[in-house]
Amino acid sequence: MLGKTAGGLYWMFRSLERAENTARLLEAGFRIALTRSSDAESEWKSIIVTSAAQMAYEARYDGYDGARVVNFLLRDTENPSSVLSVIKSARDNARLVRTALTTEVWSAVNETWMTLTALLKEPVTQTELPAILASIRQQSALVRGALHGTMLRNDMFDFCRLGTFIERIDSTARIIDVKYYSLLPAASFVGSRMDNVQWETILRSVSAHRSFRWAVDDDYTAAAIASFLILDGRMPRSLSFGMSKIVDNLGYLAADYGTRMPCHDMAEKLLVRLKDRDINAIFEEGLHEFIGSVIEDNANLGQQIEQDYRFNS
Amino acid sequence: MTEKKCHFDEMRLTDGVRSPYAAYDTWFANQDNARLSTKSEEAEAFFRRTGITFNVYGQADAEERLIPFDLVPRILSAREWTKLSKGIEQRVRAINAFLYDIYNRQEILRAGVIPKELIAQNDAFLPQMMGFAPPGNVYTHIVGTDIVRTGEDEFYVLEDNARTPSGVSYMLENRETMLQMFPELFSQIKVQPVSDYPKSLRRSLAACAPASCEGRPCVGVLTPGIYNSAYFEHSFLADQMGVELVEGHDLRVRDGRIAMRTTRGYRNIDVLYRRVDDEFLDPLTFNPQSMLGVPGIMDVYRAGNITIANAPGTGVADDKAIYSYVPDIVQFYTGEKAILKNVETYRCSEPDMLRYVLDNLADLVVKEVHGSGGYGMLVGPAASKKEIAAFTDKLKANPGNYIAQPTLSLSTVPIFTEKGLAPRHVDLRPFALMSPDRIDITPGGLTRVALTEGSLVVNSSQGGGTKDTWILED
Repeated sequence: MLGKTAGGLYWMFRSLERAENTARLLEAGFRIALTRSSDAESEWKSIIVTSAAQMAYEARYDGYDGARVVNFLLRDTENPSSVLSVIKSARDNARLVRTALTTEVWSAVNETWMTLTALLKEPVTQTELPAILASIRQQSALVRGALHGTMLRNDMFDFCRLGTFIERIDSTARIIDVKYYSLLPAASFVGSRMDNVQWETILRSVSAHRSFRWAVDDDYTAAAIASFLILDGRMPRSLSFGMSKIVDNLGYLAADYGTRMPCHDMAEKLLVRLKDRDINAIFEEGLHEFIGSVIEDNANLGQQIEQDYRFNS
Repeated sequence: MTEKKCHFDEMRLTDGVRSPYAAYDTWFANQDNARLSTKSEEAEAFFRRTGITFNVYGQADAEERLIPFDLVPRILSAREWTKLSKGIEQRVRAINAFLYDIYNRQEILRAGVIPKELIAQNDAFLPQMMGFAPPGNVYTHIVGTDIVRTGEDEFYVLEDNARTPSGVSYMLENRETMLQMFPELFSQIKVQPVSDYPKSLRRSLAACAPASCEGRPCVGVLTPGIYNSAYFEHSFLADQMGVELVEGHDLRVRDGRIAMRTTRGYRNIDVLYRRVDDEFLDPLTFNPQSMLGVPGIMDVYRAGNITIANAPGTGVADDKAIYSYVPDIVQFYTGEKAILKNVETYRCSEPDMLRYVLDNLADLVVKEVHGSGGYGMLVGPAASKKEIAAFTDKLKANPGNYIAQPTLSLSTVPIFTEKGLAPRHVDLRPFALMSPDRIDITPGGLTRVALTEGSLVVNSSQGGGTKDTWILED
């Protein structure tokens, strides 16, 4: 496969994953804004911070008004991370790698782009927001379904999955980091019981509030939730789950090509740090520091993959 | 442009339905207009969703457009097709022989059949190709011949597109769409399939692999990129053939071969079906500003280590001044009379003809010798006095740049409208594939249709549409 094609597949799925994560994040923010109006402004801000868009946002607006945040994250074409921007980018990449996609995957991406472009044509009102967010998640699931149902399990599939999980790990890690800090009044509160509703929003950001209740027989404590989001290998948006998928997909590539690359070692090292650990040990190390290093290592891993498989040169 | 002459209608004559359309007509009579309208909308949604679009240059906000699709097929009998395909094969063979000759011994010039200036002053003539024979002596790997009809047995070749003819993806997708929308029609009427085209293309290209190729030839499609107007077609063809779609920056010269950058390192390519014009193919040989091509590819080519399809310099056979000589070219190389007729063509470079053209502009179509896509032409019968006067000046200033042809009374085929069937002018572009051992012509081709009543302009860039083209089984 061409290096360019591998890069196109990888970035196509990173973009799709980003659109979905942004929708989930907004969903959580919206719920909080509805349930606790007094604190809405800071919650909207934490959403912008989580999506790594603070600088771009503040360069354009003063104050974190809900409608502005929503439109900035959903449809502002000057925000390269807005849903509209990343869907466009996913579709451009899909066009670039059209020959590597099944008709079903291509049609799903193209339809997603058409549907969301139409939905996001006008500023989004509060009334429409839930339906639009649902539609973004649904479209994203459609593409994923087409990928799983129709693509050959070869290197092309692996690069799609690598893009998905590099992006998802980045997003989940940011959610844990920012939310955790914005919700904790002081570091000394680590491990103490927090307001249930607040914690639930963290889970909701990654669509895990129900699974948490099923999977973890515990209260909404910081330790239980952090453990679930970082270490639980059953939870499809946890850091440990994502990294083990990356290791798997890189492993298939290594077997397929008969060559191990530097990215394989990096991924395995990262996985060790995310698996079979005790959450208290991570808290002792410092959650923020830990998460910060995961975000950085994950980004480096992404770059190493690009280099090892010649995406650009 | 409009005209009020009487046209040959391919479906219905005054005394009834023509035989190729008999079965279709019976089927159509039992259809409900509302249902067909719905089908028409379904077809559009299908094209949108699958991304069968083309890009329009210089139009902000409309970067991708659909070519309108009409659901009434254009139908030709096996007998009509046999004559057409024989005529096309003869032309393709002659044009290929002509290219070989022009770049080698130039016997046709010595024999005085074609004036030397026509080659010497031709921008598409590449001196770099002199004394070189491409693998298998094939220059015209893919040809799309534009054909119009004026009567029962009157077919004319309008152009021989021997450079990089596009539209084959529409031929294939139009059929696919018809199969999905009206499966019952295909069980009632036996239509020759077109779906083999990608396989034939791959086989044909692979058969032209250079001598240095070992094992199964590696074929690639070279595209200028996603902003090119025909990008959909490029990716479609690569996909259907199961070969890589590459851009210039994916390729480089390595050990005297052309290699593409893959996830496992560099891999050699043997045959490149390029959809990049000559001028942009190699910045070291042609336009140094070009980012689309591959630096050094012409050296690799001349060393016999890659096949480029179509061969660089093929365009010399393609311009409208050479066109007027094609019947002579056919005669010269095959010893046969051309099966398909040319449209009578006045070469403005010749003073007598120029005079005639200037005196009769209101009745003629004037085209630029190197023009394409319906740009830069004058359609006399539809032009205002002011436009004719302006074109007169252009013609006088640079007569060699133009040819003129009488306006033909093009045949019509009905299209579906909300009020029922309505006749519209059509042309036809069948596709021929040439390899060292044979020429394959897919039964059918792309029928382009002028959607405006009375209009003769069928180009997609000028608002034309397309139809599925049926060649009936014998």
